[in-house]
Amino acid sequence: MRHTLSVLVEDEPGVLSRVAGLFSGRGFNIESLNVAPTLENGVSLMTIVTEGEDQIIEQIIKQLRKLVTVIKVVDMNEVQCVDREMVLIKVSAMDHSRAEILRIVDIFRCKVVDVSPTEMALEATGDRGKIRALINLLQRFGIKEVARTGSVAMRRSMQFEA
Amino acid sequence: MKLNGAQILLESLLKEEVDTIFGFPGGAVIDIYHQLPNYPLRHYLVRHEQGAVHAADGYARASGKVGVALATSGPGATNTVTGIATAYMDSIPMVVFTGQVPTRLIGNDAFQEVDIVGITRPCTKHNYLVKDIKDLARTIKEAFYLAQSGRPGPVLVDLPKDVMAAEATYSYPSKVHLRSYNPHYEANIKQVRKALKMIRQARRPVIFAGGGVIVSNAHQELTWLARELQIPVTTSMMGLGGFPGNDPLWLGMLGMHGTYAANMAINNSDLLVSVGVRFDDRVTGKLESFAPEAKLIHIDIDPTSIRKNVSVDVPIVADCRLALQSLQKELEPHLEEEDLAGRFSSWRETIQGWQEAHPLTYTPSETVIKPQQVVETVYELTQGEAIICTEVGQNQMWAAQHYRYHQPRTWISSGGLGTMGYGFPAAIGAQVAFPDRLVIDIAGDGSIQMNIQELATAVCYDLPVKIVILNNSYLGMVRQWQELFYAKNYCSTCLERGPNYVTLAEAYGAEGFRVSNPAELKPVLKQALSSQKTAIVEVVVDPEENVYPMVPAGAALNEMLLV
Repeated sequence: MRHTLSVLVEDEPGVLSRVAGLFSGRGFNIESLNVAPTLENGVSLMTIVTEGEDQIIEQIIKQLRKLVTVIKVVDMNEVQCVDREMVLIKVSAMDHSRAEILRIVDIFRCKVVDVSPTEMALEATGDRGKIRALINLLQRFGIKEVARTGSVAMRRSMQFEA
Repeated sequence: MKLNGAQILLESLLKEEVDTIFGFPGGAVIDIYHQLPNYPLRHYLVRHEQGAVHAADGYARASGKVGVALATSGPGATNTVTGIATAYMDSIPMVVFTGQVPTRLIGNDAFQEVDIVGITRPCTKHNYLVKDIKDLARTIKEAFYLAQSGRPGPVLVDLPKDVMAAEATYSYPSKVHLRSYNPHYEANIKQVRKALKMIRQARRPVIFAGGGVIVSNAHQELTWLARELQIPVTTSMMGLGGFPGNDPLWLGMLGMHGTYAANMAINNSDLLVSVGVRFDDRVTGKLESFAPEAKLIHIDIDPTSIRKNVSVDVPIVADCRLALQSLQKELEPHLEEEDLAGRFSSWRETIQGWQEAHPLTYTPSETVIKPQQVVETVYELTQGEAIICTEVGQNQMWAAQHYRYHQPRTWISSGGLGTMGYGFPAAIGAQVAFPDRLVIDIAGDGSIQMNIQELATAVCYDLPVKIVILNNSYLGMVRQWQELFYAKNYCSTCLERGPNYVTLAEAYGAEGFRVSNPAELKPVLKQALSSQKTAIVEVVVDPEENVYPMVPAGAALNEMLLV
């Protein structure tokens, strides 16, 4: 099963390679990894999307907690959360297809961030499913390039019983 | 008071009550060596950095203190890696200091530069590159704290040359502040009670102890538990010495080369009380068939050890000693009324049957010395009072099987990593820790040649380490696998034309003995072991003797080859 882990780390040299090395060295899988500073000086937040059976996920979390530079690990699958990723998509946009692409942009609430006589670059945010749907829809026009951020996630303020 | 980096390092070592360092100098650490004579620190100059780290490791295992090693940058640093990985796998407290090129050259492929922090990241508990002298004292404090707290392990501190030469005001922190590292020691009482409930319901319990018992000094508590409840005890190789080897409850080691009784007991048990173990593949054999009928209590200080390989019914994340003390406290008031010991008596009889049916054995010969016989004779001559170090392979397994360890820290062997060349330098470290004890390295002719250069170290410092080489002119364990599983294709395992160990010893200034006649074994060993000098005893043994029992890799524990 896919899990999103929020990992609070000390922002010091080598911390990324400690985390990434843990995954590669133990044969765990990283689907995406995002890291950026938090409001607290010297602390960064990593959002790691990984996949594995329950016992593997348990090991991943424990192994992460064992790293001296890891402050906190939360399995976002255990809580209700908002998760989003951003994607930039460069799609072929000829005269005959431009209108259709713009309709999709509208439906998916994307933004056009760059345009040329033959191409358009779109910016979209959303959860994994939405991004996948968008990419699927645009494929028939010819996608030239995709750049994705990987997921970031945040616990919802109100948690409801499942 | 302003001190330079080298002085701060050495002052800090004194604050950590370090009095012994194993090391080898080089360009990047000259500043440290320049200051070393001004401090009351015994520095043992080895002949290879790997020897320094293994010696620090052996020192730590024998004494329970933190081992300290020092090496220079580049090749000096890379030579420490095997030793660090060895200590990491076996949870040995150690701090390794390496020199580094000056900070302004880092990343420039400077002479003798290597990214040792990058290289050792996966095999240290934690590591540091100190780029600013202001961080030096705090880093050393943290390094020693990390090395010996929680689940111990090696910590590496990389020290650029300019940081050693720079000056700063020295004050050693009294406390460590690491918000992200808080090892948990006390056992959760609810879990302890659950464990007790399980013990009370059990009919066929076995205590399975490992290196955690040695690390946490829990042998007395373990022995109390076993004896009061009359529960049979087996240990992993790392747990040898954690329970007296002459106790009637002792089953011997379990696993790939474990005893028949220990493996059968595990296989038929209905409750495993596992203490300080990590269920590695050499112990469990085929995981799906491991202890198929048993419920599992697992005490370990490292949460990652729990449910890593086997599922657990009652996990207790705690220091083994504290957890066992907690068990004892809960159990003690009810001991008499419950008579658990009596309830397990038929189980003990069953086990005794296995012990009698298939004890550890070998076929003695009048013409050729059997390696098992060598270990038995060493045991007979030392009465289990020696510190036994081993190399890796058949020598190690025979030493584990045929010597009886009565005290913790008398068995020193590379378990997890299985490092050939470990035993002799580790024996040097153990001898440094205990100058008056008899320290013996049981070696093979393959392993001993991997760090033979340390003979110079042992001789220089008058360390009377004894090396007993079981010389079968083979890389015996690999040859055994080739014989049993690879159609006797002895490719590259035959060590023909080995050195003359007697003259080799003498060349280094040690004493050399050689014996090949079974009748002379005991007197020669006796003479060698009573020598005041470093000594090698080359024992020419039956070349194709195998280690049995043996559970083939990937087989279940009850699928042992007995001969």
